[in-house]
This record gives sequence, C-alpha cells and structure tokens, in this order.
Amino acid sequence: MRAWICLAVALLFADAAQAASTEADFKAALVAAEAAEQDAGTLKNQWIPTEQALVAAKKAAAAGDFDAAVAEAKEAEALAKASIAQAKEQQSAWRAGVIR
Amino acid sequence: MKISRAIAVVITMLVVAGARPAAAADGINPDADFKAFRDYFTKLFPNVPLNDFVNGPYSMDAELRKQWEAIDDFPPYDFAIDRGKAMFATPFKNGKTYGDCFPEKGIGIRQNYPYFDLKTGEVITLELELNRCREANGEEPYSYVKDEMASLTAYMAFTSRGKPFDIKIPNDPRALAAYQKGEEYFYGRRGQLNFSCASCHVQNPGNHIRTEVLAPALGIVAAMPIYRSEWNGMGTMSRRLVTCNSQVRGVPLKPQDEDYRDVEYFLSYMSNGLPISGPGARP
Repeated sequence: MRAWICLAVALLFADAAQAASTEADFKAALVAAEAAEQDAGTLKNQWIPTEQALVAAKKAAAAGDFDAAVAEAKEAEALAKASIAQAKEQQSAWRAGVIR
Repeated sequence: MKISRAIAVVITMLVVAGARPAAAADGINPDADFKAFRDYFTKLFPNVPLNDFVNGPYSMDAELRKQWEAIDDFPPYDFAIDRGKAMFATPFKNGKTYGDCFPEKGIGIRQNYPYFDLKTGEVITLELELNRCREANGEEPYSYVKDEMASLTAYMAFTSRGKPFDIKIPNDPRALAAYQKGEEYFYGRRGQLNFSCASCHVQNPGNHIRTEVLAPALGIVAAMPIYRSEWNGMGTMSRRLVTCNSQVRGVPLKPQDEDYRDVEYFLSYMSNGLPISGPGARP
C-alpha cells in the first residue's frame, strides 16, 4: 500500500515538473519555430497552420500560459519542418506528375 | 564477394534503368508538353469539343451548364466590363490613357498575354502591364486581385473574345527557364494538404470537390477574370492563384510573384489556339 502511495506521489511530482514550462522555454521554442518557418519562406512553401500555431503560441504566452505556448511553438516548428521537407522533395518529385 | 558483386550489378542496372526516363524528363520541350497536355484532356473527355474546354466546369457537367446558360442571359460580370471600358477611356492626370501603353491601343490583345519580355528577362502578365502602365504615368498601382484590376482586365478580355491564345516562347534560355519554372509550379505539391495544381485540374477535372466541379487545366486561363459566386464578385488570375494556395493550406505568394507569373505563362502556352472567353462566371 505504501509503495503505491509513494509511486502516485512520485508520478504527481513528475507530472508537475513536466508541466511547468517557463517563459524561457517558450522563447527558445519560438526562436526554433520561427527559424524553421523562415526557412520555409525562403523555399516559398509556408503553410497556413504553421502561421496559425505561431500566433496561438504568442497569444498563450501573452496570457501567461507557457505550457500551451511551448506546445504551440513546437507544433509550429514541426509543421514548418514538414513544409521544408515537402518543398525539398518536390524540387525533383514534381516531374512524376507531368503529363507525358 | 560474389553476392556483393551481384548486388552491385543489380543496383547499377536499376540506377541506369532509372536514369533514362529521368534524363529525358530533364529536357525542356514545350512543344512535346503541349501535345501531351492536349492529348491527355481530349482523350479523357472525347465528347467535349476542343474549344469548349475554355468553359471549364460547364464543359464537364450538363446540369451546371444549364444553370450557367440561364445566368448568362444577364451575366454577373457585365458591370465589370462597363466599368473597365469607362476606366480605359478616362485619361490619367497626365492626359495619357491605358491604350497608350499597349499595342493596338489595348483592344483585342488579351490572347497575347502573358509574354516573355526579352529586355527585362521576365514574364509580363496583363495585370502587371496594367499596373506598370499606371505607374509610368504617375498613377498609384491597383490591387492585383479584384475591383479596378478585375474591371480593366474584364474589358480587355471582352474585346478579345474568340481570339485564339497566341503565347510565344522566344528562343532564349531565360524564357525556357521561366516556362519550366511555371511547369514546376503547376505540378509541384504544396500546402499542408500536399496538393499540386495538377491534383485538381489534371487528375480530377469533372469530379466534385465538395459542391464544386473541378475545371480542366486545358483552357483554364481563357475565362479570366471571372465573377465567382463564392467570392460574390470579380476576381483576377492573381486572385485565383492566391485562393488555390489557401485552399490547400499554403501561405499564398504575393500577387504577381514571379512564380505565379511563370505558372500563368505555362498554362497559357498550354492553351494556345483556344479562344479567349473572358470575362467568365463560375460558381
């Protein structure tokens, strides 16, 4: 019984520690996301959901919800990286669709 | 050792086999593209007369065509033609007019746009030329997507109705590069939905996407500018491209971005010989 209680308490603390994102965490996540989105822009292949996630991240940060802000910024970074991968792939893959 | 050599031979064979079509595909051949493009659509829709492709979804769907014919008794783009005509006739502050910027005073020339300008090394669309005309005469440029620009191009298209597209690709590597960039843009996938222009307008013309019937890429530029019920107003070629990008969840480029002009160049070349039908009306 005592072991179970200890485990529950440990998990509670672990969860709390994980959830406590800071403003610094948000800023780091935002810098990474914006850098990736800028690269996507250089390739002329930004996605609307990336932009939306960046806006949501800043809005959450402004409201002091850094957990949500970090999550949105990471989402934006992942989307931007996907759009970069798509653009690079299509630099040659577009030929597959050409009517021959 | 024997096994690894065998694997190497197989890999070499595969690479060589794969290299042949790739190498052939690397060549820019607008004439061959044109023929393949036309053959594809005419075989896909053997009952659609060639010139009817310019009517987009109405050439694919009988019910939609009936609605269009009824609407065309009182075309929703008529006001844009009238407005464009009035604008065309109104002198700029310096006394010159749009007609002074164009061959044939701008009448009946829509079929020659876009063209490749050998002096500047870029594709010039009708919309771009109109704004450059304004700026050269000390006027502010218009928005490229609707309103005044749609009215001006509607009038210019109207004076060119029935004239066949006559897009030329000069024997200049820059012109060929612009053509190929346009082709690349047309077939390249983009946006979160991973769609290319061709996903809808080559692979699925005549099919429904929600309530819309997708238009064939062949002749798709001939009806520009268009009145769209969805927009509740007129829109230019720029507006069409911007909207397409947004619909696949891609951030649109700026209207008249070089890529947009190049894709218009490619599509217009593919439409060579088809009649100008603009301005048009679409659902």
